[in-house]
Amino acid sequence: MHELGITRSIVAIVTEHSDGQKVVRVTVELGRLCGFAPEALRFCFDLCAHGTLAEGAQLDIVEIDGLGRCSACGAQNRLEIPMGCCPSCGKPALTIVAGEEFKIREMEVL
Amino acid sequence: MCVTCGCGQISAKPVAASDADSHSHAQAAGHAHDNACDHAHPHLPRHAGDEAADAKLHTLPARDARSIELEIAVLSKNQAFAQRNRDWFLGRSVFAINLMGGPGAGKTSLLERSIRDLHKDVPISVVEGDQATARDAERIRAAGASAIQINTGVGCHLDAQMLAGALERLQPPAGSVLIIENVGNLVCPALFDLGEAARVVIFSVTEGEDKPMKYPHMFRAADVVVLSKTDLLPHLHVDLTQMIDNALRINPKLLVFALSAESAQGLESWYGWLRGHGEGAKSAA
Repeated sequence: MHELGITRSIVAIVTEHSDGQKVVRVTVELGRLCGFAPEALRFCFDLCAHGTLAEGAQLDIVEIDGLGRCSACGAQNRLEIPMGCCPSCGKPALTIVAGEEFKIREMEVL
Repeated sequence: MCVTCGCGQISAKPVAASDADSHSHAQAAGHAHDNACDHAHPHLPRHAGDEAADAKLHTLPARDARSIELEIAVLSKNQAFAQRNRDWFLGRSVFAINLMGGPGAGKTSLLERSIRDLHKDVPISVVEGDQATARDAERIRAAGASAIQINTGVGCHLDAQMLAGALERLQPPAGSVLIIENVGNLVCPALFDLGEAARVVIFSVTEGEDKPMKYPHMFRAADVVVLSKTDLLPHLHVDLTQMIDNALRINPKLLVFALSAESAQGLESWYGWLRGHGEGAKSAA
């Protein structure tokens, strides 16, 4: 359950940047290959925000599909797991071009 | 991105919601917006699915709402500590290894054997991470190396800040090898940089050929894979080549060592890699 600690970080970052104002919405960009589960982040967010300037804020998670590009055969494949071999040709030439993002994009304050 | 509707337009930072109309997508974008609330407020049209989520906002004076663009990596705090650790290691020529693997993979046994065999020519110290007890640190000290135990309590991994605290107490000598034995877990430790020079994942031949496919994040994050307990192979129906192929399918750059801390098979290649601080040893699978 590594999401608990990481959700604390999200709350800490947004409250640090809110300049004392109440945070009402937080938008997080989360790649599907980065190893953090959106359900667990949502589950933890209300708990972690309790008693902070982000209490009651809505957490919006924008999920980004995993995408790999093969430099051997040129194929571009949607990926469910992070990997280094191309699902099309099998060569170890796959570069993950999307799906490893994990950042706080923006927030709304009052 | 517009925080209100999720369209791709970049808003200046910070942007007052009352100014957000300045980019031109309001009604023209064709958003379905059921304006069910009975009070006037100046928010932009939203997608149909957002209405329930808006309920909380509707209780607040929305006219003062403003969005602040952050673009901050969620792991940035850990990364900052990890970079500080990395600089600390570089400044002292300490070769730091983050050793990860599931419970029972043989992490501590490999360390005990390595310390016993190498302590005369390779100074090794160890940071032990476990949820509870100081047993592993005691085992390491008994083998002849200095060790610090970190107990994470409910935590399932070490993070860079925990390691920084342990380094202050342990003070590994310049030019030495520091092995950080992470909490026994094949998931969470993979996601947290500690500032190490090399990430080593260890899994035993008893764990099955498909382990790398089941725990891809760990194998993806690693630089080295150690296949342990090879002395048990004669008793198992397991294909070592398949195990290695599966690991390489997730991460073709992995350096592979197959070894047994019990029989000493394959240990020399591992020791060569440790002695060379990650250089000068080839994969020996």
